[in-house]
Amino acid sequence: MRAVRLSVVTAAATAAALTAVTGCAEKSDGKGEGAVEVVAKDDSCEVSKTKLPAGHIELAVQNKGSKVTEVYVLFPDDRIVAERENIGPGTKATITAEIKAGSYEIACKPGMKGHGIRQKIEVSGGKAAKRSPEMDKAVAAYRTYVQAQADETLPKVKVFTDAVAAGDIEAAKKAYADSRIGWERTEPVAESFGDIDPKVDVRADGLEDGQKWTGWHRLEKALWQDKKLGTEEKALAPALYKDLADWQKRVGTAEITPTSMANGAKELLDEVATGKVTGEEERYSHTDLVDFKANVEGAEQSYKLLKPIASKNDSALTATLDKRFAELNKLLDKYRKDTSSYEFTSYEKVGKADRKELSDAVNALAEPLSKLAAAVTK
Amino acid sequence: MTEETGKAAGDGNAPSRRALLGWGGAGLALGAAAAGVGVAAARSDDGGRQTAADSGAAVPFHGAHQAGIATPVQDRLHFAAFDVTTKDRAELVALLKEWTRAAERMTAGHAVGDGAYGGLAEAPPDDTGEALGLKPSRLTLTIGFGPSLFAKDRFGLESRRPEALVDLPKFPGDNLDRSRSGGDLCVQACADDPQVAVHAIRNLARIGMGRTAIRWSQLGFGKTSSTTPDAQTPRNMLGFKDGTRNISGTDTAALDKHVWAGAKDGADWMAGGSYLVARRIRMHIETWDRTSLQEQEDVFGRDKGEGAPVGKSKERDEPFLKAMLPTAHVRLAHPDSNDGATILRRGYSFTDGTDGLGRLDAGLFFLAYQRDTRKAFVPLQRRLAAHDALNEYIQHVGSAHFAVPPGVRDTDDWWGRALFS
Repeated sequence: MRAVRLSVVTAAATAAALTAVTGCAEKSDGKGEGAVEVVAKDDSCEVSKTKLPAGHIELAVQNKGSKVTEVYVLFPDDRIVAERENIGPGTKATITAEIKAGSYEIACKPGMKGHGIRQKIEVSGGKAAKRSPEMDKAVAAYRTYVQAQADETLPKVKVFTDAVAAGDIEAAKKAYADSRIGWERTEPVAESFGDIDPKVDVRADGLEDGQKWTGWHRLEKALWQDKKLGTEEKALAPALYKDLADWQKRVGTAEITPTSMANGAKELLDEVATGKVTGEEERYSHTDLVDFKANVEGAEQSYKLLKPIASKNDSALTATLDKRFAELNKLLDKYRKDTSSYEFTSYEKVGKADRKELSDAVNALAEPLSKLAAAVTK
Repeated sequence: MTEETGKAAGDGNAPSRRALLGWGGAGLALGAAAAGVGVAAARSDDGGRQTAADSGAAVPFHGAHQAGIATPVQDRLHFAAFDVTTKDRAELVALLKEWTRAAERMTAGHAVGDGAYGGLAEAPPDDTGEALGLKPSRLTLTIGFGPSLFAKDRFGLESRRPEALVDLPKFPGDNLDRSRSGGDLCVQACADDPQVAVHAIRNLARIGMGRTAIRWSQLGFGKTSSTTPDAQTPRNMLGFKDGTRNISGTDTAALDKHVWAGAKDGADWMAGGSYLVARRIRMHIETWDRTSLQEQEDVFGRDKGEGAPVGKSKERDEPFLKAMLPTAHVRLAHPDSNDGATILRRGYSFTDGTDGLGRLDAGLFFLAYQRDTRKAFVPLQRRLAAHDALNEYIQHVGSAHFAVPPGVRDTDDWWGRALFS
């Protein structure tokens, strides 16, 4: 997993009732009525309006400075509502977000670093995302699911980290994949805790300069590649447990909306499409198919909870999704002994043609799944 | 290489000694047969001749034949072969209808569906957007059906497989990569702007997900067939002019004789269609580049500068085949050496970076249309594979064969209707 990924669901989960966070320079120059103009210079960040109605907001950003900049909409505690990076000198960009009443800040960061030049804005009244009792029910059920996943995961993490701490390589290897399932099922929400994710699920290639490599994948490398557990690795085990205990404690506070659930489901498939299907995620243990299955299960859970709403608006879509989930699950079953087992074939034993078949099946599901959010909010 | 060398043989019918040694050659590269020069009719059935086509214009999508065959060759190619992943015939038919509607829009320069922006913020847009603001760029989209689509117990098409849609034989020297060969469906996207061609394939692939999956695809640049009689023939990656002679897009008699399948040719649903052979031909660029000029010209049978056939002075002079070495490419590929077998070529050069050994992964993506592959490409390639001096410098690494159905008549019609109805 990448360190801090700012995607729809990530931001949505951290954020308030947020239905969309898109940076979209191509779309328009933000000339839509009511767009908030942001003029970013090297030493200033002018915002045309500081009082806004809740709901859909659009920032029309112009970088009149000499440096590349980035613009953020932030909660008072610095969590990100929406952002756009890499706005070159002399260029324009549009940032859109769905936002509910409250206090926020807009920050321009010339040179893309530092605290930025900030301007407070107040958002009031208006209407936030459309919600219905049905939607609230789906969100509540999903929140319960997410919490349950974390609760069930912690004891499994303990088995793994205890084995590592005790220097028992075989026991640790055995417990590794299992300890990740709950996290993988709820990954978009889990990742929304931007401070936890880089500590527990970062891969070597996702490290930033100066960042110490900790977490599951660091231990995965020690177990499968280095084949030894030194003092340092043994010390990383309790730290991993502590970080995941923190996740368990906080996961209930994540902001979840119907659209973040829908787009989170799609993102879980994207995780598979970019990291698992290539074998990058679990490059030492080759347990990619366990993560793969967990991602699909998590996506399916979101989908099932939203399906009553979506099927009213787009029954053809839900029919397609039912079919595609079934097809992908059937394909995955080929790689495990029985449907109650999470012992999957080692991914290094999955040939090129079979990987392509898996990839095609993921695309076949993820593409229509990307339409779920629209079907939910129609 | 000098101009003089190329012209040394003069215009006479009898080749001079110099010509006999020189074997100069503007090539019909690689399996090329020949007839007139490909020209500029956007659609052969338009009858009219559009010379000097506006590179930004739109090519009509509807007609008796699919665009992209007799259409003057555009500068760029994105060719994609698909596996059909659904087992459901109705889903396949629905896909072909969706593809047709998308192709109508894209070839006219419009975005797919509701476009690339302005829709629901929560959902991805219908169109991927990278062709926004670009001209139609003479985009043509041409579909073909591969032999595997007609396999038993798939879509009930077994009895409708045209006899001409043969499984291509293995030719000597072939080194085919399965992952670059075959396919249930193909779409040839040609345009004068590469972004427009890539956009088209990308969107069709996306629409197809769950029903089709890309099996392989190839980007091409630098058309290798001449289409306008007055223009300079493009050169292939070996530096030789290529495709000097090709069936003209306006030569309806030649098209009817050599390119369009007729109602009586065996498969009624193919009337007005054609058969497409696609071959990825890798060139051993580095060894070619250290080959003497003499040998290079001998191999082709034309000179490198002007492109004149051996013993002649101008590129378009009628070749005197006997003046060339028996193994010369032009001599072997010429219709006169092949009982008149003639194909319409639309090949493109490709360069896919460098292989793991530091060699340029380049060559010719050969595309040939014909009325009956058994009578055109197959005998031609047999002859070339057995004797062509060029074989030392090339290798066929990908291969596919498709039945290309007739054109979409109007906005109610769709790709493959006659086959599936």
